[in-house]
Amino acid sequence: MSQKFLFIFRGGFYDGLSADEAQKQMGRWFAWIEKLQAAGVYHGGEPLAQGGKTLSKKGSDIVVDGPFAESKESVAGYFLVEAGSMEKAAEMAKDYPDFHLGGKVEVREVMKVEMPA
Amino acid sequence: MTHSAHHVVDHLFRHESGRIVSVLSRMIGIDRLDIVEDAVQEALLKALKSWPYAGVPDNPAGWIMQTARNQAIDLLRREQTRHTKRGMVKEAIEFGGSQPIPSDDIEHDQLRMMFACCHPSIPTESQTALILKTLCGFGAAEIARAFLVPQETVSKRLVRARRRLRETYSPDELTEGGVGTDRLHPVLSALYLLFNEGYNASSGPVHIRRELCDEAMRLTSLLVNHPAGNRPETYGLRALMLFHGARLGSRTGSDGHLLLLKEQDRQQWDGRMITAGFQALERSGEGTEITRYQIEAGIAACHCSASTYEATDWKRILFLYDLLLQINPSPVIQLNRAVAVFHVNGLEAGLEVVASIRKEAKLEEYYLLHAVLGEFYSLAGRNKDAAVSYRRAMELTMVETERALLSRRLRALLN
Repeated sequence: MSQKFLFIFRGGFYDGLSADEAQKQMGRWFAWIEKLQAAGVYHGGEPLAQGGKTLSKKGSDIVVDGPFAESKESVAGYFLVEAGSMEKAAEMAKDYPDFHLGGKVEVREVMKVEMPA
Repeated sequence: MTHSAHHVVDHLFRHESGRIVSVLSRMIGIDRLDIVEDAVQEALLKALKSWPYAGVPDNPAGWIMQTARNQAIDLLRREQTRHTKRGMVKEAIEFGGSQPIPSDDIEHDQLRMMFACCHPSIPTESQTALILKTLCGFGAAEIARAFLVPQETVSKRLVRARRRLRETYSPDELTEGGVGTDRLHPVLSALYLLFNEGYNASSGPVHIRRELCDEAMRLTSLLVNHPAGNRPETYGLRALMLFHGARLGSRTGSDGHLLLLKEQDRQQWDGRMITAGFQALERSGEGTEITRYQIEAGIAACHCSASTYEATDWKRILFLYDLLLQINPSPVIQLNRAVAVFHVNGLEAGLEVVASIRKEAKLEEYYLLHAVLGEFYSLAGRNKDAAVSYRRAMELTMVETERALLSRRLRALLN
């Protein structure tokens, strides 16, 4: 039975792209999603808007921070995909189009809840 | 909604960028071009980020326009405008809301932008850079690659050009009655320059060169179809671009080297463009004023209507060059005329013309002069003299493709 993995996209600097470059880059994302869909392994994904809030406890209070400036660590979006193993999932993640724009992909396995073997 | 990128037309982002910048500049004011460009850029990036997940909208152009509009309102709001003129304009945008803007208006706005960019007080290289940036949606790096100048040079030109733009912009420029020639001719000149950058081998990579020609032709079409630019000289420019554009594909050989006019495969010339060129040429003959564009179009027409190089009507071309020289006595045109003289009156006559240009115009260091001499000598069988001239020409040119062409001519001679 296949496992599910989350691709967490971080960073990816688009600001300097020209109109044509932006369109080309968009084409690369389309191509990747289509490839995963064709293989039947794409279970969804969303892009995330910039900004947002972070909540944490400071002393006895819950503190709300943000929005923070965009950074290489800012999560830009995610995919939920299916793969036979972590290695196979990581292999699939190599098609991520934003590497050359300073982006990175974090691949995380979704925990299974069935009875362990 | 569709999940395929195939529904997104080539260069949609770039063309929409040009259109929307023109429209929003009119709404918000050219002095806020910075906000306008930011808003458009934001909209494109939003599309880039969200369309792959959500699919391409049914009306991609409308989506980008609306998003850019909203973004511009946001940016203006953040500046905390009150009931200033800006505030009222902002309200106008908000009120105009989500109604689509008629394409006539969009064209009018682009023309307004074109005239603004070509204000005589803006230096000519800056005019073309500004047109490419605002109207054609090119990035600074792309402009730099197209003109083979450093990116900082382009950026500086744009900064200075934008300042001038703010100082000289007049929203009521375009009237129903059209524009005076003193404003139209700089626009024609800028578009001609843009086209030449694309057409000549001195520009950057091939695909960019083709795009520059396409942009110049697109903008000239816009101009000619609108009362503001609907003049014989505009048709002349259009005809010229069509005739040259028809031959663009045949200028390079199979391995990318430049071909002489006589070597080009005329079957590859785009017949539809040539036909359209003749239609434009005819329109350009209406009226009483004649400009360089109509004459140059006439010369290009002679080449395009000849089925072979040998069948070219050189007498007519010579007549047209004589006419052109009266308007524009440039040495380059004199050299081109010398080629026509050679074909009509023979080698000695051609050599005489070149010799006199060489002396008067001091063109000793101009590679083309020696290249032309090389051609004359080689056609007359004087190979030794031809070789000397070709070698001299090769020493003098900076352009790789030209040097390769000359080198090829030289090798053909020696074999």
